[in-house]
Order: sequence, then C-alpha cells, then structure tokens
Amino acid sequence: MPVALGRGTRIIRALLQAGKEYVCVMRLHGDVSEDRLREAIEEFIGEIYQRPPLRSSVKRAVRVKHIYYIQLLEIDGRNVLMRVGCEAGTYMRKLCHDIGEVLGVGAHMRELRRTRVGPFKEDESLATLHDVLDSYKFWTEEGDERWIRKIILPMERGVEHLPKVVIRDSAVDAICNGAVLAVPGILRLETKIKRGDLVAIMTQKGELIALGKALLSSEEMYRRDRGLAVKPIRVIMKRGTYPPLWKRRRDKGYKFLRR
Amino acid sequence: MPLLLPSDVKRDVLIKDEEPTDPSYGCPPEKRSVQELLDAGIINLDKPPGPTSHEVVAWIKRILNIQNAGHGGTLEP
Repeated sequence: MPVALGRGTRIIRALLQAGKEYVCVMRLHGDVSEDRLREAIEEFIGEIYQRPPLRSSVKRAVRVKHIYYIQLLEIDGRNVLMRVGCEAGTYMRKLCHDIGEVLGVGAHMRELRRTRVGPFKEDESLATLHDVLDSYKFWTEEGDERWIRKIILPMERGVEHLPKVVIRDSAVDAICNGAVLAVPGILRLETKIKRGDLVAIMTQKGELIALGKALLSSEEMYRRDRGLAVKPIRVIMKRGTYPPLWKRRRDKGYKFLRR
Repeated sequence: MPLLLPSDVKRDVLIKDEEPTDPSYGCPPEKRSVQELLDAGIINLDKPPGPTSHEVVAWIKRILNIQNAGHGGTLEP
C-alpha cells in the first residue's frame, strides 16, 4: 500500500486510477477439472461487466472493467491461487464469485493480497512498519540517513507510470500558479499520449510540478507550435520554487485562464 | 501471457527544443534532504493485515512526526 507524505499526498489520485495486481485464493464449491478452470478463467480476460458486491463503497451499478491478465499459480484441491492484473475499481471478491458461476459450482474468495499499484510492486522498495520506525530512529538518533532514504522514496516514483511532459524553467512557476501549459513551454514529451490522459508535468531536473489532463495528443503537442497542451488538475510543487519570470516577461509557454 | 498493465506501454521521448536548466532553482528528487522527503515522499508500505489503512496511516504520521499522510487505496473499498 503506497503511503504518501506531506505534499506527496497530492499524487494519490494518480495511484487510485492506476492498474492493480492481486494474488488471491479462490475457493471452489465443487470439483472442477483443471482444463475447465483454465477455460473459465480465460473468459474473464479482457472486458468484463461487474456489479459491485453488496458490501462496497460505490454505487451498485454494473460497470465495465478490464482484466489484463490472470495467471493460474497453483491448484490445491478446491483452492485456486491466481495472479490478476486489472483496472482500478475491479472487485476481486466478485471476480471469484463470477468465475464460480461460470463453472457452475460456485466459488468465493478466501484470501487477497495486492501485489502491485501502478508503479509500486513487491520489490526491494517494500518496507514494513518496523522498517519505517527503525530507519527513522537511525536517522534522528544516529544521524544515519542511508536506511530511511531507501524507505521514503521521492514522490516522483509514484508517477512513473504516467506519461511525462518536460517544460522550460521559465514556465514552471506559472504552472505552480495554475496556468495551463501551452505548447511553446514544452521541451520534451513522451509518445502515445491521448487527449484526456492524465500526464505528469516535470522540470528538466526531474521534479514533479503538477498532474494534468492532456488537451492534445503527443503527436499534436510535437507538431504544433502554439495552443494549450495540458491543463493542471493538481499542482504539487510549491510556488516560488522557480523564479516567476512570467511577471516580467510574458513568455508564451503557458496561459492563465479566467476561472 | 505477459504480465503487463496498460501503463507498462513503452514510450519514446520526443524532443521539441533544448535549453539549459538553471541549477540555482529547484532540486533533483534524488538530491532532496530527508527533511524534504518527509514532505515530498512516498513509502511502498507492506501493510500488516490486521489494522485498517486509516490506522496504519495514523501510525506512520506519528512515527515520522508529520502532519499529513495519505494512502493509495484500500484493498476492498
């Protein structure tokens, strides 16, 4: 579970929308051959229709969700261990139940562990609460910051899954003040951005400035030399981190919109 | 079957223009002080199964002595 600190909490939106991976144990209510199980699971890869379970925090209307992959890890009698990559907001409990329905024997979810949220996986960056406490003590009491640096990652790690747009120093403070990023402010950008995508606006030093909604595709941002490119929806960087050049010289890298 | 999410798509970089960045402003993320990380950082926490996400976040705030922290979604919302 990613835990964001201080201003870093502003990137949480990007993680809530990000794809997830789970490992879960599905308990079948009857005996099923491995072939039939594989066949049923295969049907759930791709677009599925899911009604959120009774106990859920969202409206219980049928929603379209994407399952990107299901990997069958182990079958032990009626217990099935599987790894599922899916869209944000997919209910694993419901997925297990629905696989059981297709099989005709019924099934429920026995155990669940989330193994990935967007850029965060179960790798060497994973830290327990004990690690957090110990590393903090090491830093405050012994002045040794090596350990805590391995545990508290720069918030930029939390937007690694988003496409990036890198902008001029002269446009940074305007964005911090809520201006819309215009094409001339862009130095570099990543491919495959579609209009409406969530993108990260970055400095040349690799700092996250804001999350925004793309108003143009990558292709359009690259080809055009004017127009509005990205509308900030969450500004993360503090104002004044970069000089407010826009007060003196009216650069063309951004535009303030009346709101 | 490759275990890939849509965000794993390979992206290339398109360069529109180049100019130097002024080193007197800003700071590359890896050069941030620990104090700064406490206000601009993120922990990939191995959440223990018992307590709620909310409780765990409250502990983190207490351990790290910070005002603000938030988590990236509960398991079964």
